[in-house]
Amino acid sequence: MSFLTDRKRAQGAGSGRQGTHHHWQMMVSSVALAVLAPIFVFTFGYGLGGSYEEVLAYFGKPFPAIVAALTLIVTVTHFTHEANEAVEDYVHGTAQKLTLIGLQVFSYLLIGAGLFAIARIAL
Amino acid sequence: MVQFNLPKNSRIMTGKTWPKPDGAKNVRKFQIYRWNPDDGKNPQADTYFVDMDKCGPMVLDALIKIKNEIDPTLTFRRSCREGICGSCAMNIDGINTLACIYGMDEIKGDVKIYPLPHMPVVKDLIPDLTHFYAQHASIMPWLETATNRPQKEWRQSIEDRKKLDGLYECVMCASCSTSCPSYWWNGDKYLGPAALLHAYRWIIDSRDEATGERLDQLEDPFKLYRCHTIMNCTKTCPKGLNPAKAIGEIKKMMVERAH
Repeated sequence: MSFLTDRKRAQGAGSGRQGTHHHWQMMVSSVALAVLAPIFVFTFGYGLGGSYEEVLAYFGKPFPAIVAALTLIVTVTHFTHEANEAVEDYVHGTAQKLTLIGLQVFSYLLIGAGLFAIARIAL
Repeated sequence: MVQFNLPKNSRIMTGKTWPKPDGAKNVRKFQIYRWNPDDGKNPQADTYFVDMDKCGPMVLDALIKIKNEIDPTLTFRRSCREGICGSCAMNIDGINTLACIYGMDEIKGDVKIYPLPHMPVVKDLIPDLTHFYAQHASIMPWLETATNRPQKEWRQSIEDRKKLDGLYECVMCASCSTSCPSYWWNGDKYLGPAALLHAYRWIIDSRDEATGERLDQLEDPFKLYRCHTIMNCTKTCPKGLNPAKAIGEIKKMMVERAH
């Protein structure tokens, strides 16, 4: 038991003096996704339905490949930020730190693998 | 980790059923949470029957009638009985609200009354609001001034005064904060909608000279940014206020300040 005053408990160690940057990043990536997602759906949909070679040739063009790469990077970054929030909400202590590291590694892996796949098709 | 089940000693058991009033034709059933810290038992939901022909229209009227005529051990806070003091906030029919201004005609079926959720219970319908009040105190709910002029009254334009409408009416009943899942999971660090609404009330007060310091104090991943715009606070506020909007305005000010 610790004999802290109620006010001391409420204030804790004070403000972390951060959070706005994360909030702003989420806003920016949300707006970026609002633009990118429809473009990606249309370019992706346009490439569907052909033979294997036709699809490879289509995604070898710069525009669909760049749109797919940008969408992948922004989506995974946005998802990671959201997932970090959820982890901070529900998991505490050491488990929280380990989960956050795991999430970050997973998101980098996703981005890396996705970019590698797009590069192989496009280049 | 977050707990999804109540611990064994907190599970609500079936409680005592009190007899129906003699000769009453218009009877309503109440299920009310009871917990006594002194008897070591689990909480229980007691059943009461109230003669509605001899009872006022509000939930608080029925609670007072039960306490006066059926079970004097029933414990709850109340004071003004007109939605000004915020004392009688409780969970009625699944909604956090003030018992004194919540009409029983708004409830279908049995009236189920519980204390405000996810707060320690002192007894029966009384939650421990110590931390909630301390969080309110931590946002400095008073005018902070750096200068001492004018030495007389500090005046405010009609437009500036209007900015406080929808904020100053908060009675600190805790209905909003205790309806907020973010506050449930991280109430130790997240200030919650009530404290943040009050914080915004002082931030935008034209007479306050500590806007920067106030924003500095709130710039924290938990104190402010645990709000995920769930909007339970706005939906449940018995005074019809919009804490979620106030929090959004604080976030806007943070972004404007940083960019």
